[in-house]
Amino acid sequence: MNEPLQTSGSLRRRLMLQLVGSAAFLATLLFFVVLGFARDVAQQTHDSILLASATSIMDSVSVQADEITVDIPYAALSMLGNVSNDRVFYRVSTRDDVLTGYENLPTTSQSVRSGHSAFDTLTYKGDSIRMVTSLRRLSLNSAPADIIISVAQTREGQAAQLAQLSRSAMQLGLGFFLVATILAIWAAQSSIRPLKQLTEAVSRRGPKDLRPVQRPVPSEMIPLVSSLNRFIGRLRVSLTRSEDFIAEAAHRVRTPLATVRTQAEITLRRVDRAENRASLREMIRAIDESSRAAGQLLDHAMVTFRIDSLERKAIDLTELGRELVDRLQPIAELKDIDLHFFGSGNPKITGDAILIQNAVRNILDNAIKYSPNESAIQVSTRQNGNTARIQVEDEAGGFVGMDTDALTQRFTRGENAAGTIGSGLGLTIAREVVEAHGGVLIIETSKTGTGACVSLCFPLH
Amino acid sequence: MRISLLSFALILASAFSAVLAMPTTSRAFEVEENRYFGPKDSDALKILSTTDTDLLAPLIGSFLALNPGVAIDYTSVSSAELMKAVMLEGAEFDLALSSAMDLQVKLANDGYTLAHYSDLIDLVPTWGTWRNHVFAFSQEPASIVISPAAFAGLELPRSRQELISLLRKHPDRFRGRIGTYDVRTSGLGYLFATQDARTSESYWRLMEIMGGLKIRLFCCSGDMIENVARGDIAVAYNVLGSYARARKDLASRITIVEPEDYTNMMLRTAVVLRTAKHPKLAGAFIDHLLRAAWDTPDVPEYPFHRYPISDEAQNAPFRPIQMGPGLLVFLDHLKRKRFLAEWHSTVQQN
Repeated sequence: MNEPLQTSGSLRRRLMLQLVGSAAFLATLLFFVVLGFARDVAQQTHDSILLASATSIMDSVSVQADEITVDIPYAALSMLGNVSNDRVFYRVSTRDDVLTGYENLPTTSQSVRSGHSAFDTLTYKGDSIRMVTSLRRLSLNSAPADIIISVAQTREGQAAQLAQLSRSAMQLGLGFFLVATILAIWAAQSSIRPLKQLTEAVSRRGPKDLRPVQRPVPSEMIPLVSSLNRFIGRLRVSLTRSEDFIAEAAHRVRTPLATVRTQAEITLRRVDRAENRASLREMIRAIDESSRAAGQLLDHAMVTFRIDSLERKAIDLTELGRELVDRLQPIAELKDIDLHFFGSGNPKITGDAILIQNAVRNILDNAIKYSPNESAIQVSTRQNGNTARIQVEDEAGGFVGMDTDALTQRFTRGENAAGTIGSGLGLTIAREVVEAHGGVLIIETSKTGTGACVSLCFPLH
Repeated sequence: MRISLLSFALILASAFSAVLAMPTTSRAFEVEENRYFGPKDSDALKILSTTDTDLLAPLIGSFLALNPGVAIDYTSVSSAELMKAVMLEGAEFDLALSSAMDLQVKLANDGYTLAHYSDLIDLVPTWGTWRNHVFAFSQEPASIVISPAAFAGLELPRSRQELISLLRKHPDRFRGRIGTYDVRTSGLGYLFATQDARTSESYWRLMEIMGGLKIRLFCCSGDMIENVARGDIAVAYNVLGSYARARKDLASRITIVEPEDYTNMMLRTAVVLRTAKHPKLAGAFIDHLLRAAWDTPDVPEYPFHRYPISDEAQNAPFRPIQMGPGLLVFLDHLKRKRFLAEWHSTVQQN
């Protein structure tokens, strides 16, 4: 019955993984986009400062007395120093000569037109440099002369700035990912919540609760829940029908049985032949067994019905026990059984008196039925902590070596039951009643070791 | 014995390697003084410096006391010789200490130095370091040194403006009795002059007037101070204030004026050279200098005056010369040529 269901993964986990996965993808994308953008901006800023430097040097170039002179402004290089602590290199040259600066500074591979500039990332003295090259055409001795100015700076500051930027971009991406993950968990939880609530509501139900699910559910779950409700409905109808059928059948059978038994007894008085009398006695015994079984089936149906809508009233367990013992005293006397009651205190419980009476009576019936002649049965009530207990102790041999749990299953009878009239429903009825009242049924060997001791324990009022 | 061997080696070396790369033993550059501190047998920290040995000896002493077993080989040279040694001859030293900030910055910019990192760098004002390569360990003002005797009856000038008006009012009194660096031969003089020219137009006016009064040109601060003390000249412009302060023996005969309009502060700087064999020890020596220069409390063996560190350099008259690529501008040979030509035509009238 309770085989574990096969799972095909978790909806919540799948939802979460998909959401977190897409968040991770987006965060990575964000990181690279931001980094790329920041890198471009940083590079452009750096380039524009290099260009400003080269331009201010270019502006200081003039031709004096047929000679090209350069008067590098202080700001041309100091402005680069203000941006970063990077090393600065420059060169002023014509097509043929280096006028001033670092002679071995690499030259740009791009062709630069007059009035324009080119940017390169190169290596100089083992360090990566960013270099701008500007060109201007002057007239020298009425011939054109190109002035080429290169200004370069190492890129340590830029690298540090980029490292800082990538750290920030990383933090941004990570922060985005974290927030998205939290949102994903929240989304997964909240979308799975109605399912969880429905599960809880259904599994919280008592074993006899077959009402349809009424709570509002999300539209996606309507088909599932309405199928479930239809299924519950079918189950309820089918259960009710079978209970009704059993009760009806038992009832129908009991009355004719009583008639048959009366007829059999009358006939018994009339016949003299020993074998006929034996047959009739056997017949009467079988009829008794059948009517008792029918009675217990009726009891069980009644118990099932009453448990469905349990009445809760205060009951004095001692009073209830004494009354029952008084009522069954005549039956016990038939077998010369010493049935006595011992009540200590007046333990009060809440519940349905008819049901509890029925339960105790079934236990007591069993005890009387299985006890040998001239033995003793003791019924006692007692209060123990916050439980009230009524127990029936007999000398009928007990349930030695038997699974006491199995005994309370329907139609299971003790090993010594052969030859005694019974259906096996007594303990089942008692257990269902006790459990419906939130108590437990305890079956053990009596203190004397000669019989059984059945206790019904209820929570106190 | 040692010296004759050395000079023999020197002659040999220069004979053999005039064109080839210099062997480490050769000393083609001009050494002013070489002194050895500490145990003889150890591998010494080699310092190349423009600072007089006597001035730094106490600090070297305290460094050796803190680091037993360490020796220091201290070579003092001029700033131009320092550059020659490092850039042209690849001489193997661990540390270069120089008052020529521009040349030190050039060394760092052109890749002749190593970075040095330490917690002490936080003590140094931001304008006192560059790239974790160049570290300032003193602030020394470009001062005006005056002979009080020559100014008898006159109020001492507190700024360039006041000096200009005094010179204008009393040309005869000061004719031939004004001195300054010959910026064509002195690196420090050139640094002060270019910074002056960059900072204020009044520099050219001052030079114009001084030139008209037959200014005398000197190679070094020491000469100017002594000439003022003797009364040969009345005013020396752009003298290294730290040297003037150090001449306690002349204190009564000279007055040091730190101009209130602005006073350029030269920063004596240290760099670890790329050729260093003991870069860690060199770093430790730099830390020792930085602690003496910037940390509290003052240490008695620190030879320079400690000026307050002002971050609001704009308002204070003391303007530390800014380290950075800007200093490379005046080292550009075309720029230098133009500047010297202009300076010469201003100063050497007639």
